[in-house]
Amino acid sequence: MSVLIFLDQADGQIRKSSLEAACYGAKVAEQLGVNAEGIVLGTVTDDLASLGKYGLRRVHSATTEVFNQLDGQLFTKAIADLATASGATVIVFSNNLSGKAVASRLSVRLKAGLVSGAVALPDTSNGFIVKKTVFSGKAFANVAINTEIKIILLNPNSYSITIGEGVAEVATFQTAPAPAKVQVIDVNKVVGEVPLTEAEIVVSGGRGLKGPENWALVTDLAKLLGAATACSRPVADIEWRPHHEHVGQTGITIAPNLYFAIGISGAIQHLAGVNRSKTIVVINKDPEAPFFKAADYGIVGDVFEVMPKIIDAVKKLKGVS
Amino acid sequence: MKILVCISKTPDTTAKIAFTANNTKFVAEGVQWIINPYDEWYALVRAIELKEAGTATIIHLVTVGLPDCDPVIRKALALGGDEAIRVNAESHDSYYIASQIAEVAKQGGYDLIFTGKETIDYNGSSIGGMLAELLDIPYVSLAIKFNMEGNDAIVVREIEGGEETDKVPLPLVVSCQKGMAEQRIPNMKGIMGARSKPLKVVEPIDVTPLTSIASFDLPPAKAGVKLVSADQPEELVRLLHEEAKVI
Ligand SMILES: Cc1cc2nc3c(=O)[nH]c(=O)nc-3n(C[C@H](O)[C@H](O)[C@H](O)COP(=O)(O)OP(=O)(O)OC[C@H]3O[C@@H](n4cnc5c(N)ncnc54)[C@H](O)[C@@H]3O)c2cc1C
Repeated sequence: MSVLIFLDQADGQIRKSSLEAACYGAKVAEQLGVNAEGIVLGTVTDDLASLGKYGLRRVHSATTEVFNQLDGQLFTKAIADLATASGATVIVFSNNLSGKAVASRLSVRLKAGLVSGAVALPDTSNGFIVKKTVFSGKAFANVAINTEIKIILLNPNSYSITIGEGVAEVATFQTAPAPAKVQVIDVNKVVGEVPLTEAEIVVSGGRGLKGPENWALVTDLAKLLGAATACSRPVADIEWRPHHEHVGQTGITIAPNLYFAIGISGAIQHLAGVNRSKTIVVINKDPEAPFFKAADYGIVGDVFEVMPKIIDAVKKLKGVS
Repeated sequence: MKILVCISKTPDTTAKIAFTANNTKFVAEGVQWIINPYDEWYALVRAIELKEAGTATIIHLVTVGLPDCDPVIRKALALGGDEAIRVNAESHDSYYIASQIAEVAKQGGYDLIFTGKETIDYNGSSIGGMLAELLDIPYVSLAIKFNMEGNDAIVVREIEGGEETDKVPLPLVVSCQKGMAEQRIPNMKGIMGARSKPLKVVEPIDVTPLTSIASFDLPPAKAGVKLVSADQPEELVRLLHEEAKVI
């Protein structure tokens, strides 16, 4: 028996969200008294044995060429075969876009109950219950998985990475995947940007910034803090910012350590996507803006006056001139 | 080309989220129900556009739920679609729902199945993948563009850190999000016409759910905001560094 963790890669490197999943899976394995094992599909440049420091005893790797492109059907079959062969009873994914594309198929194939959006370790005192976000972050559900094999998709930024001493045994496994039905004809990746869902700090702008020409107030601060940038829905709708930055109930749900909201009113649909952030800072000229009720720190003031001073203060703090 | 669009009802985005019966039941009294925004704005509207362009010939809508779903399904029919099918069952977990929809899909012989990216109440994001596996066909998640080129679908979808363009033969399941289409408002003709469109009710097949909700929790309340004077923004930076230790 084992806990199997799917390690998703980005250009040859294991993603931070997958390392969180590895640490989470290792803890679940400890709860159940079994080993934690990882699975990597495709070619990675990371040293797989060193993944032992996240608590993995063994890492299974298949470097077959076709796995360098994530194909839901082929990945599902490979993971299902390995899970069966290694007697996995819990399979952990990051609840990122790759995890979502594969885990739901796997659930059907293995008849394994699935919980996506998990935010805490399972409660195994009476059955197997996993806490997940529902209503886009406005509440949590404790979901019982009633099948022998269980699949958990862990929300990014919900479980912290701890580094230990171990070294993982690396096992290659052979598989002969069928040709993919989905043919990838173009890939367009933004390089060098912090992915929004993995970011520890997010700086976000709303309609209060008046226009895209003022966005340096957001992006300059983000650059100084190594943060990702986000925006409210109307800002994406009027195309001041790209759609993939839109956070909220109908956009992306995030839970960074710090969410810095600039000129955003804090409508209920916006809050739903960001209210699990550990610290929320709000800059808004309207003292009645609903966002202040959900914030930890705030300044009631004009963003055009306040933000340049904040940026200067952060520069000083970081020793940047 | 025949399209099946999966429609789910969710509480309005401003609905008060509260639970009762020892935190095991969502308080539905007074809640306004809407079509799940991803299903409506992107999946359904893109299907309608494909029909308007002559690419699709028939659009069916499917939902799994009790008769209280009918108003929401009629609202969807007012936007477009030729007929709706309601599987007359209380919705259990994603596996249960996907299994019911798969059964409808097998009966209907659809070329294309659209779902929303996720429902805004359960946030499962798993019906599309489950459905595709049950039908043993490809699944393209998080599509932002969809077009046909001969017999293949050309789908642009979001991947971690960017976009990918896929060429996929039909039949196919696609989950839809922002970019696929623009939200539409039903017009009078649509609303009147929806009344006479067929809404077929079928009984569920026997499926055992794999998961069940034991209880709900609400997030803990915030302690309250600490306000810093607008004249001293550097004080905010100090607090974030020394007190909150986040920068
Ligand atoms: C079904 C549905 C789904 C939705 N989903 C989402 C979602 O996912 N995400 C989302 O964000 N929204 C969503 N919305 C929209 C939401 O209701 C709000 O309209 C939106 O969040 C408001 O964006 P905003 O705060 O940028 O703009 P506004 O509401 O216009 O607020 C701008 C704020 O900036 C402040 N301001 C203006 N000028 C200055 C200045 N010079 N200095 C300081 N402050 C200033 C104002 O006081 C105001 O509070 C949804 C709505 C619906 C109906």
